[in-house]
Amino acid sequence: MNLAYSLATGGAQAAHPLPGSLAVQPRLSRWLRIAPEGEVTLTPGKVELGQGILTALAQIAAEELDVVLERIRLRPAATPDSPNEGVTSGSLSVQECGMALRQACAEARAIFLSVVAQRSGVPVEAIRVEDGDFLGPEGKLGSYWELAGQELLEADATGRAAPKPAAAHRIVGRPVPRLDLMDKLAGAPRFIHDLRLPGMLHARVIRPPARRARLMALREGALPPGARVVRDGSFLAVLAESETEAEAAAARIVSRAEWQVEDSLPEMAALPDWLAAAPAEESMVAEREAELPPAAHQVSARFFRPFLAHASIGPSCAVACWQEDALEVWTHSQGVYNLRADLALALRMPPERITVRHAEGAGCYGHNGADDVALDAALAARACPGRPVRLRWSRAQELAWSPHSPATVVRIEASLDAAGRLRHWRSEITGNGHSSRPGRAQSPTLLAAQYLEAPLPHPVAVNAPAKAGGGAQRNAEPGYAIPALHITLRRLTEMPLRSSALRGLGALINVWANESVMDELAERLGEDPLTFRLRHLEDARTAAVLREVAGMCGWRRGHKAEGVGHGLAAARYKGSGAWCAVAAEVEAAEVVRVRRLWIAADVGQVINPDGVLNQVEGGAIQATSIALKEEVAFDRRTVTSDSWERYPVLRFSEVPAVGARLLSRPEEPPLGAGECSMGPTIAAIAAAIHDALGVRPRALPFTPDNLAAAMEP
Amino acid sequence: MSRARIGFILNGQPVQVEALPGMTLLEALRGPLGLSGPRFGCGEEACGACHVRIDGDSHPCCALPAEVAAGRSVQTVEGLGDAVHPHPLQRAFAAEQAGQCGYCLSGILMSAAALLETNPAPDEAAVRAALEPHLCRCGAQNRIIRAVLRAAEERAA
Repeated sequence: MNLAYSLATGGAQAAHPLPGSLAVQPRLSRWLRIAPEGEVTLTPGKVELGQGILTALAQIAAEELDVVLERIRLRPAATPDSPNEGVTSGSLSVQECGMALRQACAEARAIFLSVVAQRSGVPVEAIRVEDGDFLGPEGKLGSYWELAGQELLEADATGRAAPKPAAAHRIVGRPVPRLDLMDKLAGAPRFIHDLRLPGMLHARVIRPPARRARLMALREGALPPGARVVRDGSFLAVLAESETEAEAAAARIVSRAEWQVEDSLPEMAALPDWLAAAPAEESMVAEREAELPPAAHQVSARFFRPFLAHASIGPSCAVACWQEDALEVWTHSQGVYNLRADLALALRMPPERITVRHAEGAGCYGHNGADDVALDAALAARACPGRPVRLRWSRAQELAWSPHSPATVVRIEASLDAAGRLRHWRSEITGNGHSSRPGRAQSPTLLAAQYLEAPLPHPVAVNAPAKAGGGAQRNAEPGYAIPALHITLRRLTEMPLRSSALRGLGALINVWANESVMDELAERLGEDPLTFRLRHLEDARTAAVLREVAGMCGWRRGHKAEGVGHGLAAARYKGSGAWCAVAAEVEAAEVVRVRRLWIAADVGQVINPDGVLNQVEGGAIQATSIALKEEVAFDRRTVTSDSWERYPVLRFSEVPAVGARLLSRPEEPPLGAGECSMGPTIAAIAAAIHDALGVRPRALPFTPDNLAAAMEP
Repeated sequence: MSRARIGFILNGQPVQVEALPGMTLLEALRGPLGLSGPRFGCGEEACGACHVRIDGDSHPCCALPAEVAAGRSVQTVEGLGDAVHPHPLQRAFAAEQAGQCGYCLSGILMSAAALLETNPAPDEAAVRAALEPHLCRCGAQNRIIRAVLRAAEERAA
């Protein structure tokens, strides 16, 4: 096979380094399969989270193979067959998986083409591919489907086949309807919640009334017929034949469990003080020295954000089934291999005996309870080998026990020289780490592991290194020309409330804090904030999105209405991802209401324009919700914001009008779009609040109480 | 547990279900009746994911005893249409790509269907008001509003 392949590429082209995840897993059959029935099945390691990634991947593959989109099938990621692409996170799926598939499909096409050429005697250059048929000057020479049985894809990618140039794209770059949407509109069983396996039991988990708790006793009593209790130390679950009986059994068990509890959470009202005092590991994020002219203007400010919840609409759910010593798990985890590794640690068994299969969940926006519930289901299912067990969390468990995005304080001092140029920037970020993802530590991060009879300690959350996108320090370094800067990170080494990744991670506070300071510096000079930014931007693409959004919103609007304000902000996500600028119009009455958002984004080459717009708009609306409303509440024992009433999110009546545009960059590498609009949206809303009220927001959410506190000297 | 036999019309067809004590209508629909469209979100009538139409009105069914359905007509998103023969609302949602993860959509579609029946030409404010009980965490609300308005326009055309 490799002989045929070398004929196709002739060795004439130099091999390129393999892109994305293909470098680690070069075997083509790991990525795609071609079936004689006329179908191509892609087997990506990245998973659908409601972000539409499968559609974009299908477009990329159809484009490179020259087949119609309808022929593409996608198989959800599963161990051990799927390529291990780690976690679907960080807006990296198009870069890592999409580019791997693009190359894999280009190589597959070249291999098939060379075989057809060799057999027919028609030179490769004279053959074109149309919807999977290979056509020569005299007619059809063959097809992918006719050669499907030849195991031509049992070869490693070499990097010699060149993907199509952007100018030749016919499927990539066009708005394509989401492949999964019609199923979801028609109520077809598509979510993990809809999985119904023969003999399946229903389970519920009973969480303790405090984070630090021990189950002392469980009083005897009747349960619904067929229901049973599963206990392992302080882990408690019930199993029943139906959801109704499982609910009833769980309610009875709650009232019969006797817990010994301790206070372990900080005083919520004094959270900023706790962050300042808690033990921390300090590290340098970025440092740059320069000979500096004297400071003429200085701004120093402290910004605070509370813990935030992912608040998925569908509670986390998993199905688990034991067969002798082997475990099979269906999960909406963002990383099937990572989950498998931590399940193996928690269950004290070899990972090879665990199969983890992805099934779609509701939008997760980061590391929610998806992984935790998989261990819960596995523990519950261990009591009845051979029977699949579906365990679904309650709404209260989803809001209270999923990992939360960590509370953070950012302090910034920045100064301008006498000519009004940025001279120095100092910032310090304090908070818990943004990753408790499974599969990365010696001890499992799955919730139930710390409550077992033989408990396993929960590792304290960490941050990815800055060059890998960072966590708390994400976007801490401003994208402006600053001669000298010192950015330090204080990661807490104790973690009373479990924290992990939520869409945007540290960018939510860092972009807001940085852009607020930029506005304040501009104000010192009496300069328009847009002009001030553009004067300090060496990065042309940030300047371009800012100019675009300024044009969209008619910046700066002349007439100022009472109580109405405008603001704008921009950032390049992670310093290495998509560029995005947002302008906001707010109306400040009893509460702040965001009336309109304008967004300009540059995500490089766009695979699916409508999919990108949907993500960019959705991110901005979620960020508006975070800006105006969201805050995890807790007492000294546990999280109390465990219902939609206590953790309100933006409703239909509160959603702003959103206008979004994408800058056209067909020749640039594609970048993820899901998170880039969030930081700039929060920052633009804060700036607009200042424009309307004259107060600089210093604490999220921008509620009347927090704004009133910011007004005090 | 003793079971009560409940009969009602589900998506135009008469059905019988053995309801366990304490069984909600949502559990009956997703359990013995085998549907997936009505979705569990909160169990407290607070998010809209489980809305179905009961005698035409859009109503959450996650906390509603199954017995309440007896003798009534219940419509779920499966009763609107399917991928092959979509309802004008489902078509309009697809045309606007109104959704991301899609978990909230079947409940929203039921409220939209109820709205268009009582108000065939709603304005944007009326659509927002009708959808106020529904949460969409992905932020697809503007597309959803446009989709409902599109369906109304297409029906009027």
